[in-house]
Amino acid sequence: MISDILAMVWKEFHELRQGGGRGKYAPFILVLIYGVFFPLQTGRSWVDSYQMVGFGLGISVFMVLSVVADSIAGERERHTLETLLASRLADRSILIGKIVSVVLYGWGLTILSLIVGLVVVNLSAGGGHVLLYPAGRAITAVVLTFLLCVLATGVGVLVSLRSSTVRQAQQMLMISWMVLIFVAVFGVQLMSPATRLRLENRLTNTQVTTLVVGAALILILLDVIVLAINAARFQRSRLILD
Amino acid sequence: MLEYAIQTDGLSRSFGAVRAVEDVSMRIPAGTIFGFLGPNGSGKTTTIRLLLGLLEPSRGSATVLGFDSRRQAGDIRQRTGALLEHPGLYERLSAQENLEFYARVWNLTPADRDARVKELLTHMGLWDRRADQVGNWSRGMKQKLAVARAMLHRPSLIFLDEPTSGLDPVASATLRDDLSSLVMREGVTVFLTTHNLPEAESICNLVGVIRQGRLLTVDSPVHIRTHGGEQKVEFTGQGFTPAVLEVLRSRPEVADVKVSNGTLTLALHDDRPVAPLVRLLVEGGCDIEEVRKGAASLEQAFLALMEHDA
Repeated sequence: MISDILAMVWKEFHELRQGGGRGKYAPFILVLIYGVFFPLQTGRSWVDSYQMVGFGLGISVFMVLSVVADSIAGERERHTLETLLASRLADRSILIGKIVSVVLYGWGLTILSLIVGLVVVNLSAGGGHVLLYPAGRAITAVVLTFLLCVLATGVGVLVSLRSSTVRQAQQMLMISWMVLIFVAVFGVQLMSPATRLRLENRLTNTQVTTLVVGAALILILLDVIVLAINAARFQRSRLILD
Repeated sequence: MLEYAIQTDGLSRSFGAVRAVEDVSMRIPAGTIFGFLGPNGSGKTTTIRLLLGLLEPSRGSATVLGFDSRRQAGDIRQRTGALLEHPGLYERLSAQENLEFYARVWNLTPADRDARVKELLTHMGLWDRRADQVGNWSRGMKQKLAVARAMLHRPSLIFLDEPTSGLDPVASATLRDDLSSLVMREGVTVFLTTHNLPEAESICNLVGVIRQGRLLTVDSPVHIRTHGGEQKVEFTGQGFTPAVLEVLRSRPEVADVKVSNGTLTLALHDDRPVAPLVRLLVEGGCDIEEVRKGAASLEQAFLALMEHDA
């Protein structure tokens, strides 16, 4: 099974590398924006605060969303899915190969952006000192961005599974993302001032480690649920009929 | 070695109220080229999907290479190659990368992978273009590459859904030769769908005709030609007047009469003697220069089958 998954990852990365026309330059542009432009704007606080973690979480979702819509809908649209399904590969190998490829792409570029960001901040605002991310913050960024990448990929593959074209999948993902942000922002605004204050106090008084562990546990739970739904949904006979 | 590569018993598949494949029973001996003929939407592709275990039958069963399509679909796909309705190539990848991916899928060793990819690309005349992105290729070149992909892992059974569609005549003839030599050399069974009936006639040992999901016949092309179609006789000459043609039409052995560019073509029921008709024409005042007698082609037999069962 491992070699089957690796074969899928090999193919996905070769396709991503080609990217279709100018798409092959997309990773460089993303790293340029997220790893150079934003750290330059932020300066030294990029390293000193938790800004980097929040930023990493945000860009990891964008990195995943830039490619995940293509995962199944792209195969369907380009008429390669049926041939793939007619091969000896098991459903699980195809699905896991797809998910691993997108996660590695999204998470890898996120980590690369954070590393490039560190170099840029050192060059622009280091003042002759070597600036490093504190270990706890670095681990937090690595773990949480990974878990979030898995979640975004799982949701993206589910949407891609149900879409007949890449464009349809992209639109669905964009709408889902907007709804999520809308609910988060307006949900907080709809709270009564007293509730909001209690929540702020609770968050302020809770240790960062507890918050991080809590967030990680919630993400792990959501990852497991979404991956289980994917496994149930990804069936040859259903995909052929779709 | 298995006697039959494919056996189906009452194989049926419905999509809602539509019966795509109905009660198909056939035996395809191993090591043959089987031509599956039928008009568009007759159930050919659905049958291939059922045989590959991509779809479950609504009723009946299929055994492919000794494996049950319902319970052992993975074993079937392990031993078969397929070129389906579309070439299914990754257009952003090069020809070599396309084959390399599927060589990895079929667990070929790196050495075998390189050798086999080179062998097939060279054989198909694509080696010099191996680094090109497939998306920039012509349809015929893509089709050749897709056929190469289906043969990559030396499967025991190959499903080819209209493999010569989009190929030029030379490439089509080369592919037909390749398929014949493959069967001879390696005992591979080929399950081929095509609309090109002369092609089916030239390479298939066995032909099945399907219409509206129902299998009309499974037989050798020769047998289908001699029993399914009408005998054709062509007379070249002059004096084919309406009165003579009317007399011909009244004859019981004559199924059809046509005149075009000084050539009279008669379609006869079964294998009836032509001499009485020649005598009749001469007595009717026709100048006959040449008489050509031929059996019905597979195409004519196919059309006759379609009309007969309509």
